[in-house]
Amino acid sequence: MSSILTDKRTATLAGYVDDRVGASKIVKTFARKIFPDHWSFMLGEIALYTFVVLLISGTFLTFWYTPSMALTTYEGSYPPLVGQTVSEAYETTLNISFDIRGGLLMRQIHHWAALLFVAAILAHMARVFVTGAFRKPRELNWIVGCLLAILALAAGFTGYSLPDDLLSGNGLRIISGVIQAIPVVGTYMAFFIFGGEFPGEVIIPRLFILHVMLIPAALLALIGVHLGLLVLHKHMQFPAPGRTNTNVVGYPVFPVYAAKAGGFFFIVFGVVVLMAAVVTINPIWAYGPYDPSPIGAGTQPDWYILFVDGALRLMPGWLGPIPTEFTTFGYVWSLNILLPGAVVPGLMIMALFAYPWVEQWLSGDSREHHLLDRPRNKPTRTGLGVAALVFYVVMALAATNDLVATHFHISINDMTYVLRTLFFVGPPLAFWVTKRVCLGLQRRDRDLALHGRETGRIVRTADGEYFEVHEPLDVYERWNLVQQEADQLVPLPTGRASGLDKLRARMSAFFFEDRIEPVTPAELEAAHSHDDGHGRELQGDTDPHAVSASGRGSETGHGH
Amino acid sequence: MKALAARRRHPLATVVVTLLALVVVGGAYTALTPSKAVAAAASTADVQAGRELFLANCANCHGLQAQGTDAGPTLIGVGAASVDFQVGTGRMPLSANLPQAHDKPVQFNDEQIGQMAAYVAQLAPGPAVPAAEYQEFTDDPERISTGNELFRTNCAMCHNVVGAGGALTRGKYAPNLQDVSAKHVYEAMLTGPQSMPVFNDANITPQEKQDIASYLHFVGTEPSPGGLSLGSLGPVSEGLFVWAGGILALVGCAVWLGSRAS
Repeated sequence: MSSILTDKRTATLAGYVDDRVGASKIVKTFARKIFPDHWSFMLGEIALYTFVVLLISGTFLTFWYTPSMALTTYEGSYPPLVGQTVSEAYETTLNISFDIRGGLLMRQIHHWAALLFVAAILAHMARVFVTGAFRKPRELNWIVGCLLAILALAAGFTGYSLPDDLLSGNGLRIISGVIQAIPVVGTYMAFFIFGGEFPGEVIIPRLFILHVMLIPAALLALIGVHLGLLVLHKHMQFPAPGRTNTNVVGYPVFPVYAAKAGGFFFIVFGVVVLMAAVVTINPIWAYGPYDPSPIGAGTQPDWYILFVDGALRLMPGWLGPIPTEFTTFGYVWSLNILLPGAVVPGLMIMALFAYPWVEQWLSGDSREHHLLDRPRNKPTRTGLGVAALVFYVVMALAATNDLVATHFHISINDMTYVLRTLFFVGPPLAFWVTKRVCLGLQRRDRDLALHGRETGRIVRTADGEYFEVHEPLDVYERWNLVQQEADQLVPLPTGRASGLDKLRARMSAFFFEDRIEPVTPAELEAAHSHDDGHGRELQGDTDPHAVSASGRGSETGHGH
Repeated sequence: MKALAARRRHPLATVVVTLLALVVVGGAYTALTPSKAVAAAASTADVQAGRELFLANCANCHGLQAQGTDAGPTLIGVGAASVDFQVGTGRMPLSANLPQAHDKPVQFNDEQIGQMAAYVAQLAPGPAVPAAEYQEFTDDPERISTGNELFRTNCAMCHNVVGAGGALTRGKYAPNLQDVSAKHVYEAMLTGPQSMPVFNDANITPQEKQDIASYLHFVGTEPSPGGLSLGSLGPVSEGLFVWAGGILALVGCAVWLGSRAS
């Protein structure tokens, strides 16, 4: 696309808007805003677009839903429930499913979009983490993102409970239990939230107003801040020739990204509708109305809350001879619920919030960063990210233990023992494996940059020596492998060091001690020169450059 | 007596006497015969054939007199319903020493199962095979609704809300119920096989047992209103589908959209 054409189109658009609202400056600046291109930059877009789908489909649902726990007799079109006593919330959700035209499709669109929304947020967070996109100046936007993720969980959980069906009612029961486990104030809080004994008659209307007003409003506001900061900071880009810390290489918003993003919105909407049209989600008619006495086997929360449920399932009631629930000073201390239900998720969230500052502090790097890290170039960070995901997945798996046990014919008890072990062993193991894989990939990058690709062509020289011809990378490709900065260890200060300094030096060592130094220009020069005793001029049909580039760095002791 | 004697030559006397004799004999027969039970209904030949089948296929674990051994429980008093359920669903004879018996292809025909049931039933009184009227599903929506409510309250905690099954401890499980006959659902409630508790007729009446079976038949045969049911396993299979289906498809599209730049 020629830049003249782009400018002309931008000018036409700007002129049109300017004639009417006088916003030419904003439009011009924004329409010319450059964004870099990579598939992983679109994960956040999936979250944004599913949020739009959620707003649209959710509005539709409120037209027919009644947030009331008043009891009524179901007389609708689903035979197995006719004549049963249900709440108005449950009845109206059934009516949306069976008696409102398009209602079931809309419900399924809303619920599938909600699951996709959180999934896209998690994938986006993982991308931002492993590429180091949270570094200065974007730490605050990382915090905004974390808040968005928590709000997304809150939106999901409040919405999940609204139909007042057996499944979600049991989920609420667990939440009320976790609240009650908070020492001293827990019971008061539970009574305050549920308006008395569980389940009471007020929780559904209260969750409704949170779900349709407070949480979406907060989400919208924070999405505004998130995107505002994105425009302000400009988007980060992967390193490549010509991309620096001070420029952005990509396409302008208008017309390229306007078209791409607009198109992607419809793709996302289409995929959600396709899923909703073909696959059942949350068949509340099968679960039945909520009643505190029954429960169904295979009762689980939506996937993003599985980790809390799983932590609760993994927690033993006894640690050897010590009970995890005991009474002192007239209070019941339910550590068996408090630790997995509140402490573990709380610590996870705190770690998430604190990470950018921790890394900044231990690396002593307070510069601005606009170039992304390739995940392999930060083995410790990537390792920590994978370890955190493994921690999350182990807990989520624990919540599915009954289904895994029946479908894979294993004992649920054995599975619990294995997952309890993995809860502690899994993350360090994942960290170690990931770090080794990253270091291995870096070594390979280094080797490729210095010696080029193995061609498999064995050449015999005039004096009888054999060696393999290596084909050099072109300079553009090589740039990607050599552009990164060397990591610097923060040394222990000389003289008397405070405890904090010692901690910092130790953490810095943990982060950067195992590292592969990036290729220096001098090393490249040395590898490409002929003075390493191996470079051979080939006569005849062989490209002499290929041979010269095949010179193997003697410092690596590479055989041939 | 005179009047009676005078009319003894009456043309209808023979008819009256015959009728009286029939009533007396019939009444005595009804009064003296044991109440309806499988043991009595079965012929001695059936019991004998059942005993032979038992000795050949079951006695190894249950003992030659069905008294039970270390390998299997006693069958004295378990009744015909137990035999009909365990053998009729293929759970017995046991295929292997596992945490619990799996249902598998049935090893005997209905006649042989009836014979074994007759043999076990005559050992001691026990629950009988349900009457024919309870061996069928009802399609009365009101009764299906009752069955739904009863199932949710009494069974769903182990068998899942639509009877998809669930896990128990140490490799045991509550099986999927969506393709089980009305008779076997009834018999399971009556006899409490393996880990299952007994739901006797005072707890859940015979008609209610039929309602429960009919609800299961309804959810097992009616098409799922919302599309593919993903095994009716709830949020876990939905979550799996979101990642393996939805996110994968959308990332695929994102890769496609972003592919031209780099």
